[in-house]
Amino acid sequence: MINYIYLTVLLPLIGFLINGLFGPKIKNEKVIGIIGSSTIGLAFLVTVFALFETINLPVESRSNTVELFTWLSVAGLNIKFAYLVDQLSLTMSLIVTGVGFLIHVYAIGYMHGDKGFWRFFAYLNLFIFAMMNLVLGDNFLVLFLGWEGVGLCSYLLIGFWYDRKFEKGTTSEAAKKAFVVNRIGDFGFLLGMFLIYLTFDSLNFHEVFTKAVSFPVSESTFGLIAIFLFIGATGKSAQIPLFVWLPDAMAGPTPVSALIHAATMVTAGVYMVSRAAIIFTSAPTVMMIVAVIGLLTALVAATIGLVQNDIKKVLAYSTVSQLGYMFLAAGVGAFGASIFHVMTHAFFKALLFLGAGSVIHGMHEEQNIQNYGGLKKYMPKTYITFVIAAFAIAGFPGLSGFFSKDEILWFSYANGGIIFWIIGVLTAMLTAFYMFRLVSLTFFGKERFDHHHVHPHESPLVMTIPLMILAGLSLIGGYIGIPEIFSGSHGNVFHNWLEPIYAPALAKLKIYGSHTHFEEILLMVISVALALSAIYFAYKIYTSKPHIAENISKRFKGSYNILFNKYFIDEVYEAAVVQPIQKGSEKLLWKFADTTIIDGAVNGIAKLVDRSSNIIKKLQTGVVQFYAIIMMIGIAITLLWIILSL
Amino acid sequence: MEQNLLLTYLLFTPIIGSVLVLFIKQEQKNLIRWFGVLIASVAFVISLIVYFNFDASKSEFQFIHQIVWIQSLNVSYYIGVDGISLLLVLLTTFLTPLTLLSTWSSIENNLKMFTFSILFLEAGMLGVFLSLDIFLFYVFWEAMLIPMYFIIGIWGGERRIYASIKFFIFTMAGSLLMLVAIIWLAVYASQLTGKFTTNLLELYKIAPTITQQIQGWMFGAFFLSFAIKVPLFPLHTWLPDAHVEAPTAGSVILAGVLLKMGTYGLVRYCLPLFPQSAVQFAPLISVLAVIGIIYGALVSMVQTDMKKLVAYSSVSHLGFVVLGTFAMTIESVQGAVIQMVNHGLSTGALFLLVGVIYERTHRRDIAYYGGIAKIVPVYSTALLIASLSSIGLPGLNGFIGEFLILLGSFKSQVLDNWWYTVFAASGVIFAAVYLLWMYQRIVFGVVKNPDLKNHLTDFNKRELIVLIPIFVFIVWIGIYPSTFLNLTEATSQSILNHVSSFTFDFLK
Amino acid sequence: MLSIPIEYYLILSAFMFIVGVTGVLIRRNAIVVFMCIELMLNAANLSLVAFSSYHGNPVGQIFVFFVMTVAAAEATVGLAIIIAIFRNKLTVNVDEINIFKW
Repeated sequence: MINYIYLTVLLPLIGFLINGLFGPKIKNEKVIGIIGSSTIGLAFLVTVFALFETINLPVESRSNTVELFTWLSVAGLNIKFAYLVDQLSLTMSLIVTGVGFLIHVYAIGYMHGDKGFWRFFAYLNLFIFAMMNLVLGDNFLVLFLGWEGVGLCSYLLIGFWYDRKFEKGTTSEAAKKAFVVNRIGDFGFLLGMFLIYLTFDSLNFHEVFTKAVSFPVSESTFGLIAIFLFIGATGKSAQIPLFVWLPDAMAGPTPVSALIHAATMVTAGVYMVSRAAIIFTSAPTVMMIVAVIGLLTALVAATIGLVQNDIKKVLAYSTVSQLGYMFLAAGVGAFGASIFHVMTHAFFKALLFLGAGSVIHGMHEEQNIQNYGGLKKYMPKTYITFVIAAFAIAGFPGLSGFFSKDEILWFSYANGGIIFWIIGVLTAMLTAFYMFRLVSLTFFGKERFDHHHVHPHESPLVMTIPLMILAGLSLIGGYIGIPEIFSGSHGNVFHNWLEPIYAPALAKLKIYGSHTHFEEILLMVISVALALSAIYFAYKIYTSKPHIAENISKRFKGSYNILFNKYFIDEVYEAAVVQPIQKGSEKLLWKFADTTIIDGAVNGIAKLVDRSSNIIKKLQTGVVQFYAIIMMIGIAITLLWIILSL
Repeated sequence: MEQNLLLTYLLFTPIIGSVLVLFIKQEQKNLIRWFGVLIASVAFVISLIVYFNFDASKSEFQFIHQIVWIQSLNVSYYIGVDGISLLLVLLTTFLTPLTLLSTWSSIENNLKMFTFSILFLEAGMLGVFLSLDIFLFYVFWEAMLIPMYFIIGIWGGERRIYASIKFFIFTMAGSLLMLVAIIWLAVYASQLTGKFTTNLLELYKIAPTITQQIQGWMFGAFFLSFAIKVPLFPLHTWLPDAHVEAPTAGSVILAGVLLKMGTYGLVRYCLPLFPQSAVQFAPLISVLAVIGIIYGALVSMVQTDMKKLVAYSSVSHLGFVVLGTFAMTIESVQGAVIQMVNHGLSTGALFLLVGVIYERTHRRDIAYYGGIAKIVPVYSTALLIASLSSIGLPGLNGFIGEFLILLGSFKSQVLDNWWYTVFAASGVIFAAVYLLWMYQRIVFGVVKNPDLKNHLTDFNKRELIVLIPIFVFIVWIGIYPSTFLNLTEATSQSILNHVSSFTFDFLK
Repeated sequence: MLSIPIEYYLILSAFMFIVGVTGVLIRRNAIVVFMCIELMLNAANLSLVAFSSYHGNPVGQIFVFFVMTVAAAEATVGLAIIIAIFRNKLTVNVDEINIFKW
């Protein structure tokens, strides 16, 4: 099945073409939904088979390439459409196709009745096509193809309801913002690719990474490549300073938020950094930058999510925050941990978003949590699965999120230092707190909605079954990555699975000191205790004593305002970047430089010719005698000249 | 040497066709239209025959036809193709019948004259790409000015007279300087070899031996003429006016092929004839190119007229081509050549799409539109694909050219500085901004203008027939560009080898 | 025969010529302009005859015949044109006949 891995790319493409070209003619929603979902389901099966095949191979030969055809070949540059099947790409593929499949099924229910049903599924399949290219590509260019492709699908899907308003603008503006901010990151990615080609004469992963180990390349070159690649990652994975598009991306339908802006597209940056691990570990300064930015993003996003009132916004900032954790892990060299967190995050964040969608659906498109309350008795399945996911993200012991987050915190302490750990734990507390603020305000406490107009109801099976599957995964999915202290001789299965990929990179990493199991358990206990207390406080305050929260927000009005308005970052960007470029282009470049100066010069030359002709033409008086006089003068001068020169 | 008449057939088909059109009675409009499309299609078929018999592994000119024309000046009618010119010839013969098809219902008066102009224009363009004699080249170069002048001036928009005169005089000013340089070159060659010659292949050997001082002036004269045509910042101001005022067919041909004549001239004449000057001036020219990329994109962003927006985007895109040409690495030159074709296809498609909508509503201002996705979904999809192609989305044609050019200029030893690439690459950000913003203002949102529902209808069959082949190539070049890159690789390499053989101080 | 120095003839010829030129340049009536042109031609004739006579070379005098013929022809054509102009513009004032003014 490994040799047929391209099917995982081809099947979604076929689904896109069928639904895209014939969608309007297929009147039956079920057929469209089945076509859309089954392509992904089949792709998932192919991936699973490929996984088992790879597991049965000895560790040294677990990296296989399937070549399709030559894409771009100029002189030394030889890029093929080829797919790399190794531990990392298989892991990512499983996440993409598995969670993707569940979300497709969910969407059949969520998008029921929408006029653009066929368009939605066509775009979703196109997205999976692009994402599979991204995770399976065996060179930077195919990765980039997928990278931009998911950006395109994000644009199409965020602006899916193209005639709707969204906050102060429209959905299309949110979509454009996403694409353009992504593009800024892509600009960095491109430069990184050029530098890679210049240094290593290839863009193929295998060739580049092998050469990266042995070539005498300076640290500054590695650093430059790494920082460019990381700029690309901050764009796609919504880190500081390019995260501003993600909250706006909530304009799209909730399945889109779940799939693209939680589980898959946003993790592309993490994948890319992981894939190019050796380049990063060869540039310790950049690793530090990655870790610091990841950490800061995690903290800042968590603080913003603390005070948001739109259910999807809370989850959006939560995603940004969790992505920060993933980069923190990568930055301290724990690449395996970051991918582990990608996986568990895909489970519980997708579940959270789908659950939110279920709530929104049941509450007739209401998204403000201040109008929720006590919904647990109306939507039991949604409630249970949502709470499971909330516990998972908060790091409740035993659940998937606990294992992955804990591993990140441990490595940030072991490889980074106590400061990283402290801020990381603080953010984990905030995560637990805002998550259970959300849960409490939604499902517990007093019902704050008008019973006469709103009748909350549970969602149909086609929506709740994916929720339950994801809940199951959120519960047990972490056990594959149990740390050594618990699993003893088995070691960390997930870690060992991915280890061959990172071995060369980790060899370059300088890790100082060693730490004991005791430290690990101690830190784990502290962080769990803090998280549990945060959960408890959030539950208590928002369920029974909401006035405490209100009083605090009134006392610290200034801080509250700043957090609520997301540190005014959009306004800052607008004033510092967007408006100057816009106004500058209009007034300075177009009106002044182009019209006044350049065109002025062109027209000016014409005017000059015009004016001088106007002067000279006055010689043509039409009076013959005048001409005769001129002739006379001319003859006289000529004669004079001849006589004088004789 | 072996003579092959195929190219002469190709060249004279539109010439004879254009003359024959004049004999058809003015009232038989459909006959005129069909005849025009027929002649253009015959030319396309002949060019395909040339393509299939072309040997892409050789870098020398093929299908040569040479007849002595003016004995005393040693000027001959000398035509031939190599990889790059073949590709551009194919682009020309491909776009012309589509252009004629697209204006089926938009040109009513003086149709005979119009078809004559377009066919004559095609002949001029083919002549430029095919000629291997500098004098012949100049004749064809000037010859394409006149039909363009008429097309803009007679069938154009409100300020058509201003636009066409501006176009004509601007271009002519440059070409006259080029004429001086041509004569100078020929005279110089005669001083050197004793024989006055305008044969390009011989001049390739002679011209680079000219002293730096004089060569610089000659290079400047040639370069100026081509730079105006490209158009390169700051000589670009004729383009927005010409494009806005020209009828759709004129815009498509102008953007699709005529602008390529400038870039072709740079590759065919400026680089190989004056390699030392080319290398010497490359940094300066690249600065202008990069300024053009960013400037064109930023000014595009604030336009309110659709056509002007696309016109300024041409300035931006062709800045990439010039950058690629003067970076002088095999990747960048290949990228520049393929980007010439890409620009012809994407911008041609954009102009066609603007023309479709203009034909229905006679309004080009973006503010008039909004929310047309509901009314004309197929059109909206087509506009999206064309916009994405222009933005340079991987998987479509634009990316191939842009990527190769940027990669090549990053590696370039002639430029030897990453900053060119860094600034040029920022162009990809701005391209997304102005095109997506235009797209969103036109296609998305609510339908604010009730007129739109009455006037806008989706594509009819003819328009689909025009657009589908273009989109096929947009995707083809994006996914499998080897078909086209293989065609031009030998030629690009030989030009670079020629240049580097005279300028030892830089490697490939 | 009294021998008149040639200078007298030449000065007379020059004087006549200058008067003729001045008249052409200054007079407003087209017919008067033509008369002055005749004056100029006759001045040239005088000069020719004078030189021919003093050098004993008949060529000069033969040339005078040619000049007189040409003068006659030119006067004829010129007067015909003036009549045609007069029919259209009803004036022979050269200042007013400026159709070729810019």
